Amino acid sequence: MIRVFVPRDAAALSVGAEAVAAAIAREAAAAGREIQLVRNGSRGLFWLEPLVEVETDAGRIAYGPVRPEDVPALFAGGFPETRPGGTAASLYLGPTEEIPYLQCQERLTFARCGVTDPLSVEDYVAHGGLRGLDRALSLSSAEIVEEVTRSGLRGRGGAGFPTGIKWRTVLQQPEGPKYIVCNADEGDSGTFADRMLMEGDPFSLIEGMVIAGLAVGAEQGYVYIRSEYPHAFAAFRQAVEAARAAGWLGDGIRGSEHRFEIDVRLGAGAYICGEETSLLESLEGKRGTIRFKPPLPAIQGLFGRPTVVNNVLSLATVPIILDRGAEFYADFGMGRSRGTMPFQLAGNLRRGGLVEKAFGLTLREAIFEYGGGTASGRPFRAVQVGGPLGAYFPEELLDTPLDYEAFAARGGLLGHGGIVVFDDTVDLARQARFAMEFCAAESCGKCTPCRIGSTRGVEVIEHIMAGRERERNLVLLEDLCEVMTDASLCALGGLTPLPVRSAVRHFPEDFSRPVS
Amino acid sequence: MSVNGRSPEAAGEWDPARAQEIIAAWKAVPGAALPMLHALQEAFGYIPDPAVPLIADALVLSRAEVVGVIEFYHDFRREPAGRHVLKVCRAEACQSMGCEALVAHLQERLGIAMGETTPDGALTLETVYCLGNCALSPAVLLDHQLYGRVSPERADALVREVRAEA
Repeated sequence: MIRVFVPRDAAALSVGAEAVAAAIAREAAAAGREIQLVRNGSRGLFWLEPLVEVETDAGRIAYGPVRPEDVPALFAGGFPETRPGGTAASLYLGPTEEIPYLQCQERLTFARCGVTDPLSVEDYVAHGGLRGLDRALSLSSAEIVEEVTRSGLRGRGGAGFPTGIKWRTVLQQPEGPKYIVCNADEGDSGTFADRMLMEGDPFSLIEGMVIAGLAVGAEQGYVYIRSEYPHAFAAFRQAVEAARAAGWLGDGIRGSEHRFEIDVRLGAGAYICGEETSLLESLEGKRGTIRFKPPLPAIQGLFGRPTVVNNVLSLATVPIILDRGAEFYADFGMGRSRGTMPFQLAGNLRRGGLVEKAFGLTLREAIFEYGGGTASGRPFRAVQVGGPLGAYFPEELLDTPLDYEAFAARGGLLGHGGIVVFDDTVDLARQARFAMEFCAAESCGKCTPCRIGSTRGVEVIEHIMAGRERERNLVLLEDLCEVMTDASLCALGGLTPLPVRSAVRHFPEDFSRPVS
Repeated sequence: MSVNGRSPEAAGEWDPARAQEIIAAWKAVPGAALPMLHALQEAFGYIPDPAVPLIADALVLSRAEVVGVIEFYHDFRREPAGRHVLKVCRAEACQSMGCEALVAHLQERLGIAMGETTPDGALTLETVYCLGNCALSPAVLLDHQLYGRVSPERADALVREVRAEA
């Protein structure tokens, strides 16, 4: 039976994939053609969604973007058996894997996303799943930690801390309950990789968490998913049930003496809960306020016990490292940024989507070669990398390689890999004000520089925009940014000055406009 | 939200027995407060004030602590919302694609400000920061359904649909 793929990824659904799937089922039944409809994850080529694929002897063939009203014409033209002619011919994209956007990528973490049925355990195993876990089961805890350390994997949530070192700290703690906490509170604007993975290849995250449990001696995992992702929450919970039914979770994992359980928790709308100590407070049922560090969560984390807190992508990358070996993974990348990063092209771009590449791709290549320039067709003006706490870069900095250290050297941060592009209609003074407004709205309130500084920051930027004592207020803003940077307890207050200062530095003209 | 797989339309009148049932079901779970509050909000559409002492008793917290948790999180409501909730993303990626114009349009068309409910009780309009649909901006979430590339016209159509139901 011919297999037809229509994504069930939330982004694909947001532009009509459900209606397309229904139309395909209807047309196939009406024409008496037997097809098997598979609801896969997204390939991450979002401007082509809903992207419909057909499995053929020559590989998968893509069509897109398909609207429900295109479906009758597709079938009339011979779809899915033959390449359709007639009015549907323009939807034909050729072999999926040969679409340049996808062909030029290096998909390790996202190798299966969009390819498999996310809830099929058979599909997962057929596409290389569980090989990492099976190898981990043959190793000691210390050997697993060593493998992850040698791979050079760094935390993909934004901080870039070496994953293996964190695991080693937890492993070295005395016996007793330990926890693996997956941070799926992906709150940065411009990022959607965690969401795509939880919807499109959830078993890789589950496998990564089980391996982490083996590595540090933990038997309980928590996945904290933000409530703004209702679809991912539902999809991931289904995957956990399927994994449990397959014996990948629970007692005697894969016939071993090991056990591991995963509990999936829903956030409640708080950006700050993406910060690891706030997340732990929230998991414990409290207000999501920041904890002082030390003690590190690796020593005193969830319920006071040693805890690994890792991002979705870090954990989901662990299986391939165990499967292919540390060297295989570390061969990708540049400098101290090893491996690949799932970059997310977002905002005002013609071809927004997920681009997993080795570190070292330049911002210009990402925006123009992959992204195709602005969606509006207007000139590029600014790009914000790394979410609401990331710097705004102008055209002159576009040759910066996407690498943790290269970004830090230019006053920016790579964060979780979100790249948001703006055309020439953007006003960087407004963006700077928004950075402060966002910080004020999302501050947990624990430390003064963040709680009060953000509100004062909004006011000072408003004075500047209104032309009131501009010179003095710019000095005051710089002073305030310095205090927030140096004296805030966590990255929210500490990094909000990054977008603000970069806007002032690279786009001074937006802070000296005549007041209308 | 979908903690028990029920839709927001199922929200019902305050029922102390039902509340106790929910609280008892979650009470023993480690870190119970958030799942418990989600389940209560799912059942009643908001966290009614009489639920607060019941939660406090079950979790051995003061009422102030329970209120503190409820008020910390944007999701939890102490008043009922409209029959439908439309959350409009106003974070950077959506800003780059004109979400502020969409917000202005919706406020004007509905005659309410962000955070308010239409007088017919059909729709509450809210701000959200990022729905993870940043390659298909502007994005909105209508109840649990995500929409991308939402033009003012598309937003009007969504609003017409949910108001027609009533």
